[in-house]
Amino acid sequence: MAKTIKSETDLTWKELEVGCVVSEAGNASQYKTGDWRSMRPIVDKSKCIRCGVCYIFCPDMAIRKTEENYFEADLYYCKGCGICAQECFTGCIAMVPEEE
Amino acid sequence: MGKRVGVEVSIAAADAVGMANVDVVAAYPITPQTHIVEHLSDLVANGKLDAEFIPVESEHSAMSVCCGSSALGARTFTCTSSQGLALMNEIVFIAASMRLPIVMILANRSLSGPLSIWNDHTDVMSVRDCGWIQVFTETGQEVFDHVMWAFRVAEDRQVSLPVIINMDGFILTHVIEPIEFWDSAMVKQYLPDFSPINVLNPDHPTTVGGFGMPGIYTEAKVAQNEALVKSKPHILKAWQELGAVTGRYYQPVETYKIDGAETVFLSMGSTGDTVAMAVDELRAQGKPAGLIKLRLWRPFPFEELRLAARGVKRLIIIDRAVSYGGPGGPVASEIRSAFYGEKEMPVVTNFICGLAGRDVTPEDYIAIYSKSEKMAQGQVRQEDYVFYGVRE
Repeated sequence: MAKTIKSETDLTWKELEVGCVVSEAGNASQYKTGDWRSMRPIVDKSKCIRCGVCYIFCPDMAIRKTEENYFEADLYYCKGCGICAQECFTGCIAMVPEEE
Repeated sequence: MGKRVGVEVSIAAADAVGMANVDVVAAYPITPQTHIVEHLSDLVANGKLDAEFIPVESEHSAMSVCCGSSALGARTFTCTSSQGLALMNEIVFIAASMRLPIVMILANRSLSGPLSIWNDHTDVMSVRDCGWIQVFTETGQEVFDHVMWAFRVAEDRQVSLPVIINMDGFILTHVIEPIEFWDSAMVKQYLPDFSPINVLNPDHPTTVGGFGMPGIYTEAKVAQNEALVKSKPHILKAWQELGAVTGRYYQPVETYKIDGAETVFLSMGSTGDTVAMAVDELRAQGKPAGLIKLRLWRPFPFEELRLAARGVKRLIIIDRAVSYGGPGGPVASEIRSAFYGEKEMPVVTNFICGLAGRDVTPEDYIAIYSKSEKMAQGQVRQEDYVFYGVRE
């Protein structure tokens, strides 16, 4: 039987569950959507008013609150869509190209 | 033993579904399938069948409901024709990839346009590669028997695939035939309760119908193809055991007067009976005619077909669908592939006829035989395919 620990690029066809059922609940959290990103959000803390509008608008809930109540992207999941930068009132988020 | 009654085949088919103790029926009425759905609706409304009848707003929804109910572990049935199949097309493919053992009767009808409600095989040929087990029936009795067989095969845990039972629209759906109904003891003996491999259950959450990235899609398709190919021994076993229960033994490829036959028709569905009459007449004239009836369409019975056609010099493939701009009818093109590279490859001639309910009589099949003979003797050009009876 398939174990989701194994990467999708390692599984053989014989290891797949019947009908490709995913039998482990909630393992979508293992999926690194951050790999899709071509632009990375960078926060200028001097301009940030810690309003959390970026957190509210992020469609992937990929923004978390830091201990100092600032907001930052979780780069494991952030796809770099730029909605946070678009919605930010103070313009403190810049979208910067990912380097190779 | 079951009881023999004179009944419209559609009503018998619906009664068979009821006797199979179906849990969910989701279907949308469409000619010529309507009587099957109506009768199932009656059975549920009158309290004779303890099932959910879900009157959906389209065939796309019908197949979607079927996927949901089957994934929940409910024995599930639907039924459609032609445009209805076309509308549910997207979900038909998904049902197979999710390995959901849904049973569908397809009352074969031509696809529009021109708009036509009459019988041919253009609808089923449009889903040739949908991944379902696909079988053809010739008589009302075969339809009844194959409802039981289809649930048995589909729900076999070694198979777990959906099944399409093809029955010719009007020619079968709307005629009254003597049909032996199974009694409840026969059903109980033949058809075990549905015990699904995976069940959607909030206490044990799973994901069905998820997405597959390029890294896994090929493996998923290989697994699906293997499942369909490997379903054959279970299909054969289910036919064998159906024979033990009913005395009627079905085969993936069946033959009629094949001994000593040199020029052999190949047909599917209700046409077989008419072709057999032509074969009788040709044999009476001393001609070496015979008939092969292809019952199992998917998985394709390569070995059985080659065995049945051993020693046959010429095959006349009767196609009831068109592959526009292609190599002929879809059946002929598959038969040619099945024989390609074989040591003794019969010459394949292809006649496309009986489109949209146009009558094809035994005399027509005798004429087709004569034309095929002339092709063999070089009197007329050997063509890849011929539209029989077309006005030029």
